[in-house]
Parts: sequence; C-alpha cells; structure tokens
Amino acid sequence: MSDIVLAAAAPGRSLWQDAWRRLKRNRAAMAGLVILAVVALLAILAPLLSRYAFDAVDFDAISVPPDAAHWFGTDDLGRDLFARTLYGGRISLLVGLVATVVSLLLGVSYGAVSGYVGGAVDSLMMRLVEILYSVPFIFLVILLMVLFERSILLIFVAIGAVEWLDMARIVRGQAMELKRREFVEAARSMGVEGWTMIRRHIIPNTLGPVVVYATLTVPRVILIESFLSFLGLGVQEPMTSWGVLISDGARLMETQPWMLIFPASFLAATLFAFNFLGDGLRDALDPRDR
Amino acid sequence: MLRFILARLLVSIPTLFIIVALTFFMMRLAPGGPFDRERALPPEIEANLRATYHLDEPLVVQFCRYVGRLLHGDFGPSFKYPDRSVTELIAAGAPVSFRLGIVAMALALGIGITLGLAAAWRQNSWLDHSAMALSMTGIAVPNFVLAPLLALAFGIWLHWLPVQGWEGFSSTVLPTLALCFPYIAAIARLTRGSALEILSSDFIRTARAKGLPERTVLIRHALKPTLMPVLSFLGPATAGIITGSVVIENIFQVPGLGRYFIQGGLNRDYTLVLGVVLFYGVLIILLNLAVDLAYGLLDPRLRTRR
Repeated sequence: MSDIVLAAAAPGRSLWQDAWRRLKRNRAAMAGLVILAVVALLAILAPLLSRYAFDAVDFDAISVPPDAAHWFGTDDLGRDLFARTLYGGRISLLVGLVATVVSLLLGVSYGAVSGYVGGAVDSLMMRLVEILYSVPFIFLVILLMVLFERSILLIFVAIGAVEWLDMARIVRGQAMELKRREFVEAARSMGVEGWTMIRRHIIPNTLGPVVVYATLTVPRVILIESFLSFLGLGVQEPMTSWGVLISDGARLMETQPWMLIFPASFLAATLFAFNFLGDGLRDALDPRDR
Repeated sequence: MLRFILARLLVSIPTLFIIVALTFFMMRLAPGGPFDRERALPPEIEANLRATYHLDEPLVVQFCRYVGRLLHGDFGPSFKYPDRSVTELIAAGAPVSFRLGIVAMALALGIGITLGLAAAWRQNSWLDHSAMALSMTGIAVPNFVLAPLLALAFGIWLHWLPVQGWEGFSSTVLPTLALCFPYIAAIARLTRGSALEILSSDFIRTARAKGLPERTVLIRHALKPTLMPVLSFLGPATAGIITGSVVIENIFQVPGLGRYFIQGGLNRDYTLVLGVVLFYGVLIILLNLAVDLAYGLLDPRLRTRR
C-alpha cells in the first residue's frame, strides 16, 4: 500500500491519500484506530507488561479482587487476570486476523475469477455460493468443534470457510464492472490474459471495498470465536481467549464479578473500535455513497 | 409468483442434500461413537448394538439408508434416548425454541423500528443520541455477555426474576431480552439510516409540497421504502436469532432445540444432531423464501423483474 501512495505523491493525490485525509477527519474512526492500537500493543507486549505468567497458579492468591499486586484480580485458581486478559487478547485478535485472511484469500480469488470469466462459469460458481449461503454453517462449525479434537488451526479454517462467501460476492460484483473498463481492454490488447490479468489488474482494483469489508469481518470473527469458546468449544485450557474468560467469569460472577467485567470490557472495546473504523473506512473510500 | 416459489423450493433440494451429506460424513469421520461409556461394553453387546443401528455397514450404505428414511419423513431413533425417536425429541424442543425466537424477533422489530423512526424524526435530539448510543452498545456487547450480566443484575442482585429454567412467564423474560437486544440495536440503526435517506429524497419533498399533512407523508409515503433495508436484514437476523438461542438456551438452561443440539453433539447422538441441523436448515430456507416474497410485496419493481 505504501508504494502506491509514494508513486502518486508528486502530482495530485492518490485514492489512498484522499481516503486517509477523510478518515482523519472522522473522530469515531480515529478513536477506533487508537483503541485498536492500544489493545494490540497490550496484547503484543503482554509478556513484558504482566509480572505473572498467564497459566501460573498461585494458591496463596485465589479469587483476589483487583488490588495493587493483581490489577484485574485473580481467578478461582489464583491466576492473574491481567495477564490472562492480555494473553486472551492475543488469541482473540490472532484468530480474528488469521481467519479474516483465510476468508480474504478464498473469497477474493473466487469472486475475481467468477466475475472476470463470466458466462456459464460465473453462473455455476455463483449458484454454488447461493447454495452454500443457505447452509446453516454456524451449526456445522459448532459440530466440527464438538466432534474433532479442538485446535486453533481448526478454528481458523472453520471460521474462514464460513466468512468467505460475502467477500466472494462483493469482489465478483467489482470484477464484473472492472472488466469492461478501458485499462483492462488496454492490458488485453498488450497480451495480458487469464490469471495474470486477474492478479495484476482486477484484484488490485477491488482493494477498496475489500479493505472495508475485511475490517468489518474481523470483529465478526472475533465474535464467533468468543461464541465458540463461551460454549466451551473453542480455545482450550490452559490457553485462553476473551470468550473463555467471559465464560469463566459468567460462571463465577456472583462472587467474583471482576472476572466477567474486565474481559467483557476488552471484547466490547475491540468490537466497538473495529466497527467504527470499518464504517469510517467505508465513508472514506467510497465518498459517492454519502 | 407460484413459479418463483417452486423454483426456489427446487433449488433448496441440493442445499438440503449438502447439509445432510456434510453433517453425516463429518460426524462419522470424527473419533468416538455413541456407545463410548466410562466402562467398556462387552464386545458381543457392542457388536449387537452396532448391528441394530446398522453401524456395521459401509458408510455409504448407511448414508443411503438414512437419506431413504428421511424421504419418508423419518429422522430415525435417537442413540442416547433409545425409547424416543428424534422426531419426538424435536417436537418436544421446537415449541420452546420457537416461542423464544418469535417473541424475541417481534420485540426486536417492534422496538427497533420505533426507536429508529423516532431517532430519524428528531435527528440530533437527545432521543436520537440515546437511541444511537444504545444501538452501539448492542453491537459491542454480544448476547453471551449480556445474558450473564442481566442474570447478575435482575436475578442475583435484585431477585426480581429467575435465572434458570422455563416455567411461567417470569422465567422467559431474561432469555428473551438477552436474545433480542443485539437485534433491537441493529434494526434501530438500520431504520434510522434508511429513514434519514428517504426523508430527504425528492418524492417526500413533492408530497410535502402538495400540502399533504405530515402524518400522511410519514405513514403513506415514507414508511414502506424505509423498511426495505430492515426487510433484507431479516434473513441474517433470523439466522442470528436461531444461533443466538443455542447460546441463550445453554446459559439459562432452557429445554429447547439448542440444548439438544449441543448435548447431542457431545454424546455423539448421530441421528439427533442430523435431525436438528436439518430442521434448522429447512427453517432457514423457508424463512429466507418468506423474506423474498415480502420483498415483492413492499417493492412492486421487484415483482416484474423476477
């Protein structure tokens, strides 16, 4: 992205520079960006920030309310909740990003091929998407988690596989519009065709809507992961995620409400931030709409 | 119209087949079986059990047998509750889930649309700001966070409402509220956005210019187009409410389909899980069809295009 910006710096402003200027004026989106940066930093720097390991059991500090030693208190096994919330954030964010990338790879290439090739191939590919749309995938994901040994990899794949359908539709629409444009005609006249055309000319030009949609996919994925973990089907002990922590907190909320409140606030703040940022990006990248 | 419905139902056959096939083979490929107990059964008994349920045949044969039975409307016997058929279990759980889901959906629509319209009508008033603050909360606080918080506040601290079970009106309040809240928020936001757009459009200005009373402008001219985006959100919202009720039923221990689904999966109760998934699949397909038909009713332009 940065080299696109540099290349167009001298004359006029590129799409991305323009978008960035508009985004900077959107206070909600910028607040979202700052919150995300803080949460991400906390998660990345977790080993440096917390004095305790996330799975270190301390029998002398069981269910301690928040104090100077344990900022967020401890859980019923005496594990430091501050450390666990940060490490849980690592997993939740990681799942959100990786599963979104999986859905991007699948959806963008599928949609670009379908839209660019068109004709019978397109209607066949889109018919398949339509059929898959009405499959209650979340149940299959739950089932997958219930039946097989739960691993983080399975979560990535399962959620990514659910979320690619929308992406495919959006990119297909873009590709159908793009292939009629002059620059594609020009490229074709110079002998570019097939996959090279899709990769070099179609996909880069769908980036705007894809970025917006991906930003809105991340919180959805985080939500699905938390949902699965809440049911006890996602991330397994001693590893943790916000969903696991919220589930533990909900179990013990009568006596130890801090176990619910801290992880729930982190999850809520992150979901807020992603949604604000996504809405802001949409306004910034597609000014025609507003 | 009839042709459209028929065509859609025809397309749903491969969908259902995919659902059945995916679920069936996934479940069989997974380790573990319905007769795994703490104490291993004598091999002869287990062999007999497996033969009774045809689990000793090749998978493909089992699959064909299952599909054949389905075509006769038979979901087969449950493995975990040997004296009850899956149909009976679904018939026991479905009314509970339906009631939970329908009331939640009705509340979400009623409150959400009212809030959204009110917010758009008095844009930038305190009403607008508080409605939108509420709706942002709904987006950021998922129902599995809201549910325990509600239970904590109203059940445990205030002792107003029971936090478990499904007997009498009072026990249905918290599950229903927790289930519908995110959708109230989403629908309010959608309605507000769409209403603002419609109210500033040319045909509304024309209607006002003709001197029509404000009430007629709002109800006869603005309402229908305002509701279009809400309608298209109904499909995903229904699917979301159904999924949400799995979690809510588990939190509040409501004896509905969602609990059967999770329990069935954990117990490797193959037929029960297949039955529930299939039931949900049919439900989602039918509801999507209903949404598409309602679309045609609200927007005459779509009727001719089909």
